[in-house]
Amino acid sequence: MLAREGDSPAATASVPRVDLLVVADMVTPGSRVLDVGCGDGELLRLLSEKRGVDARGIEISREGVNHCVAKGLAVIQGDADVDLADYPNDAFDYVILSQTLQATRRPRWVLEQMLRIGRHAVISFPNFGHWRIRLQLLTRGRMPVTQNLPDSWYDTPNIHFCTLRDFVELVRAVDARMERSVSLDRHGRRVRLYAPLGFWNLFGEQAVFLLSRKS
Amino acid sequence: MSVVRVDLEGVASRALAVRREADEPRSPVVRFGPDKPLKLDARVELSPFQVAYQTYGTLNADKSNAILICHALSGDQYVIGEHPATGKPGWWETMVGPGKPIDTDRYFVICPNVLGGCMGTTGPASRNPATGEPYGLSLPVITIRDTVRAQAMLLDQLGIETLFCVTGGSMGAMQALQWAVSYPERVFAALPLAGAARHSAQNIAFHEVGRQAIMADPDWRDGRYLLEGTNPRRGLAVARMAAHITYLSDAALHRKFGRKLQDRETWTFGFDADFQVESYLRHQGSMFVERFDANSYLYITRAMDYFDLAADYDGVLAHAFKGAKTRFCLVSFTSDWLFPTSDARAIVHALNAAAAPVSFAEIETDKGHDAFLLEEPELFAIVNGFLDGAARARGLSAAKG
Repeated sequence: MLAREGDSPAATASVPRVDLLVVADMVTPGSRVLDVGCGDGELLRLLSEKRGVDARGIEISREGVNHCVAKGLAVIQGDADVDLADYPNDAFDYVILSQTLQATRRPRWVLEQMLRIGRHAVISFPNFGHWRIRLQLLTRGRMPVTQNLPDSWYDTPNIHFCTLRDFVELVRAVDARMERSVSLDRHGRRVRLYAPLGFWNLFGEQAVFLLSRKS
Repeated sequence: MSVVRVDLEGVASRALAVRREADEPRSPVVRFGPDKPLKLDARVELSPFQVAYQTYGTLNADKSNAILICHALSGDQYVIGEHPATGKPGWWETMVGPGKPIDTDRYFVICPNVLGGCMGTTGPASRNPATGEPYGLSLPVITIRDTVRAQAMLLDQLGIETLFCVTGGSMGAMQALQWAVSYPERVFAALPLAGAARHSAQNIAFHEVGRQAIMADPDWRDGRYLLEGTNPRRGLAVARMAAHITYLSDAALHRKFGRKLQDRETWTFGFDADFQVESYLRHQGSMFVERFDANSYLYITRAMDYFDLAADYDGVLAHAFKGAKTRFCLVSFTSDWLFPTSDARAIVHALNAAAAPVSFAEIETDKGHDAFLLEEPELFAIVNGFLDGAARARGLSAAKG
C-alpha cells in the first residue's frame, strides 16, 4: 500500500528482504494468499515462485500496481481501509499485511477484516517500542527518525505507530489467537527466540505475527 | 467479383457495395444453415446467419493459444493489416502483431465481425432470405450476449474448445466479460479494457442522440435506404461526431486543437468550420460514413445499451462470476469519462466478492476512452505481463506456436 520502510535498491535487487522471508516462512506452500499493500510485488513473487502459492495483492499506488501486473502478478489497485470489505469470508488461507498496518487509517478494522477474509493473518510492522526510538524521544524530545523509519513526522505515511506490546493488546481486543511471533533487529536478524515480551519490545525493531481466528 | 469503388460511383452502386460486403465479405466467413439457428435474446431464432472473421498467427497443435479479440462499436474484424475497404491500417496495430503485446508469433488471434455489423456477419444490410432484400429494420434486435453466442458457434466450427484469452476494449470489453460469464469453462483468461458491466444512463443517452440523428435524416427512409438508393450520410456523420467527442477528453481536445482556427487568420462570422476541432470532427464523420452502415449503427448501439451483466443475477454482479476460474485483468484510463474507472472498479469488487483471480490497473493518460487504441507504453507492459503470466500458467511455450 505504501513504499515499505527500509526499501532500498540494493535490498530489492535479487536477495529477498529478511522480513519477507520470515513472512513467507509462515505461509503453508500451495495455499491461497492475499497480500494487502503488496508494493512492487516482491513478496507475491517470492510466494508464488518459491512456495507455489496462489498469491493475490492489493496495492494503493498506481505505479506499484502497474509494475506488479506487468510482472504477471494478480494485483488490483485498491485501498486496504475500504476494499477489504468486498471480499467474502474465508476467501484466503492467509491474508498478509507486511509493513503496512501503521499506514492504515483503521488498523483495528483492517485486522478484523483480515481475520474474516482469511483463516490466518500475517502482520509485520515496525516496533515503536524499540530502545533507540524510546531513547530519541527521551533525549531529544522529538519524533524519532531511524534507518528503518526515515521520514519526518510531517511527511511520513505512517499514521498509526504502535509498540509490540500495543499490538499484542490489539490482538486480544479482536479476540484472535497468536500462533507465532518473531522479532527482528535492525539488520533483520531474529531477536533471541525465547524472551519475555518486554525484551522483544525493547530490542526488536520489527515484529512479525501469525494470527488466527479463535472461533 | 470486382469491388465497386465507393468514392467514384453514385449512391446506388454504394448500396450494392454495402450489400455485397454484408453478404459476400472479403473475410473468411462461416455460414450457419437452418440446422443451426442462433437463438436470440429477443426470443426469436435467426437463421440462416453468418459470421465473418479474420485470423492472425498460427493455432498450435493442442489448440491452446487462441486469443479472441472482440472489436468495439465502430471497429471490425480487420485488427491489423490493410483494411480492404478503406486501405488504412487495422484498428489495433499498436497492440497486435509479431513481437507486439498480443504477439501473433506466439498466439493465434481470431477477430469476428459482431452480429449486426456490416462487414460480413449477419446485420441489417444482409440479405433476408425470406424476401431477398436487405433486412433493414426487420432484423431482430440483437444483444451482446447474442453476439457472444454466435462467436461461440464460430469457435465450435473452427474446432477451438477453449480460448487462452478473450480481450477487447469498450464494447469489446463487454463481449469479453460476457464470454467469461456465459462460457466460463471456455475462457482461461479475460482482458477487458476500458469497459463496464453495464451501459450507464449517460452512455445510453449519447447513443440515443446518435440514433435520433440517423433517423432524422430524410435519406434514412425508415431504414429502407439501401432499397431506395439513398444514404443517410448526414445523420450517420452527426452520430459519429457526437460519439467521437465522448471517446476523447477535454484535455486531449485542448492539447490537440485548443481554439486554433482552421486554415484562416480570423473568424468568418459564419457557420463554416472556423475551428480546427470542427474541421476534425467533420472529417471523422465523413470518413465513417464511407465504411459504416447506418442501420448497423442503430443495432450495435442498441446491443450496448441493453448490456447489463448483473441483470440475470438479481442485480448482483458478483453472482455472475460465482466460481469463476478465469484469470481476469481489467484496465481503465484516468481520463475516460465514457467508461470511467469506477465502472472497472465495480467489476473488480464483484470479482473479489466471487474470490476470482483478478488484476486491475488504472493508467494515467489524457487520451480518454480511445486510449486503449493508442500508443500507451504502460498499457502494453501490462497486457504483455498479464498474457505472459497466464501463458506460463497455461503451459504455453515462450517460443512460436
